[in-house]
Amino acid sequence: MGDSMIRAVDGISLSIAAGEFVALLGQSGSGKSTLLNLLAGLDRPTSGSVLVQGRDLAKMSSEELARYRRNDVGMVFQAFHLIPAMTITENVELPMRFAEVDRTERAQRVREALERVGLGKRLGHRPSELSGGEQQRVSIARALANRPSLLLADEPTGNLDSRTGEDILNLIRDLSVSLGMTVVMVTHERALAERFAKRLIFLGDGKLISQEVTA
Amino acid sequence: MKGYDLFELAVRNLRQSKLRNGLTTVGISVGVASLVAMLSLGVGLQQLATKRLAGSGMFDTVFVTSKQDSRGFDREEDQKDQHPEKAPVLDEASRQQMTRLQYVTEVEPEVRVMGQIVYGGQTHFGFVTGLPMSARENEAFDNLQGKFFSSSDADEVILLDDFAKELNPQNPKSLVGQEVTLRYGEHQSLPAEGDASGRPQVSDQNESPGTNTGDDYGFSVVRKTQQLKVVGIVDEEPYGGMRTVSRGRIFLPVDLTEKLNMAEFSDMRSSLRGHGKSYATLTVRVKDPAKVSQVQDAIKNMGFRTFSVLDATKSLRRFFTVLDLFLGIFGSLALAVATLAIINTLVMAVLERRREIGVMKAIGASDGDVKKLFFAEAGAMGFFGGILGIALGFAIGKAINIGTGIYLRNHQLPAEPVWILPSWLIGAAIAFSILVSLLAGLYPASRAARLDPVQTPKYE
Repeated sequence: MGDSMIRAVDGISLSIAAGEFVALLGQSGSGKSTLLNLLAGLDRPTSGSVLVQGRDLAKMSSEELARYRRNDVGMVFQAFHLIPAMTITENVELPMRFAEVDRTERAQRVREALERVGLGKRLGHRPSELSGGEQQRVSIARALANRPSLLLADEPTGNLDSRTGEDILNLIRDLSVSLGMTVVMVTHERALAERFAKRLIFLGDGKLISQEVTA
Repeated sequence: MKGYDLFELAVRNLRQSKLRNGLTTVGISVGVASLVAMLSLGVGLQQLATKRLAGSGMFDTVFVTSKQDSRGFDREEDQKDQHPEKAPVLDEASRQQMTRLQYVTEVEPEVRVMGQIVYGGQTHFGFVTGLPMSARENEAFDNLQGKFFSSSDADEVILLDDFAKELNPQNPKSLVGQEVTLRYGEHQSLPAEGDASGRPQVSDQNESPGTNTGDDYGFSVVRKTQQLKVVGIVDEEPYGGMRTVSRGRIFLPVDLTEKLNMAEFSDMRSSLRGHGKSYATLTVRVKDPAKVSQVQDAIKNMGFRTFSVLDATKSLRRFFTVLDLFLGIFGSLALAVATLAIINTLVMAVLERRREIGVMKAIGASDGDVKKLFFAEAGAMGFFGGILGIALGFAIGKAINIGTGIYLRNHQLPAEPVWILPSWLIGAAIAFSILVSLLAGLYPASRAARLDPVQTPKYE
């Protein structure tokens, strides 16, 4: 804020292969969330570039970034960020409205996405009527709706108890494998990250500290 | 985002806060209703006036007056004439000249004098006017009881229903076919100054009118009577009561009034000016209404002042443009207030739905999508407000019609609708309501579009 500039992410050079499951770790303020925002096209770097499938997000217009988020990225948030007034079905359908998916196809894709996350029922319920784990499943289904190649998860287990958190991560890993989807997950729980991610990336003070490939 | 998705999302968002959006929509509808009620009142009044004018049967008529007479219909033109006293007089010669103009079928004076009808030993006072034979075609005579004049100088009379009731309250209709006596003032020219005899020159009953020459320096009015046969009774004044000759209760064939050489008010003026008998007003009937302006120009070139219904509709149209403008401005005031309500409602909605908008943007909504969504919400409120407003305006208008109807009937006048809702106004009002709402949505929508997408929260 003000005139002094803080570099939240500074001089990080990193490449992630297609289909990889990567975890970003670090303490609060380490820059892991900022890095995720950059990958999601929600933030733009002041310098440098973010290349996704050969396209530089740093050079895209806000319209192009919206289209990128819509078609190529699925986002899962710690706080789920479901729209409370909409039913489960409507929440999952929403990104497809923006993507102008045909109506008849939409219904089918909603069902498909919800089945993938294990929520074949309760389609007419509102998010507040579901448990935390179920809400996170809905948000994963929503992220899958437009069949993205990149899934970005920000502390997806942060609001869940450990059992449910594990279930969610199992689900994300399975999806990554079965759909060939790249997953970048921010977390501060090293134990969980080690169990599910292929590669751990440690950040501190906006810089890349170390990387670890799990067994 | 596709249109139906926009509409669906907009409507579901509106339904989220039913009371607030409902009140705003009602606000719009009140605005639309007042606009619709005002404008259709203007339309109704205009139609009423135009109908009156059309009923006056004046579309093929040019009224001619002398510029010597002070009151004119066209002030601008009057001011150009510096010397009205030198303007030509509306005398028999100029009347003959007009008769010879192309497309002119009839040139008749507008005769209106005081008279008395003696019937059953009682005298009844009334204005006597002369009607040309062409008046037969006027719609006032559609419901004529009895017959029209048999010829243009027959000793016959047609009475206005009111007057007939005065003569015979029990059975006014029985008057048809009866003889009545007309008492009137005859114009008798006095000899020119310098005529030694000094005797009043008694004009011959059979003398044709207009033979008086410039040496007619005065006249006397002599009481005369004439037997007339009542041939018909008419319910309403001919020409919609809009012409001099229709503001009378006793109608004679126009040539008879001239033959009787009735003393007119304008004779006094002619006498003072020192020229012979002249006409106050001549009505020139034109074969084809399309030729009216041509005939009018020709008569103007003769140095006379003219007036036709073309002039009347021109000034009428100008009047109604101004009236509509005023009604529109007053009607719009409520809508302007409603616009503020829309802005207020939507700005509130933007604030409340910050997070929701942020989520939408994060999962792929573009700035344009968000903007369009708020526009759609504004537009939907405008649409529903417009429809509700039309219904409300319709009810107000009906109430105005019923109200004026009762008022008119209480004053013994036929009830006529003063409020007419034309179909174009329905469409225009809804379109206008949507347009205004969209304009109101401009600021909230751009404000919503500028919101940041939800970021992966650092710490919420």
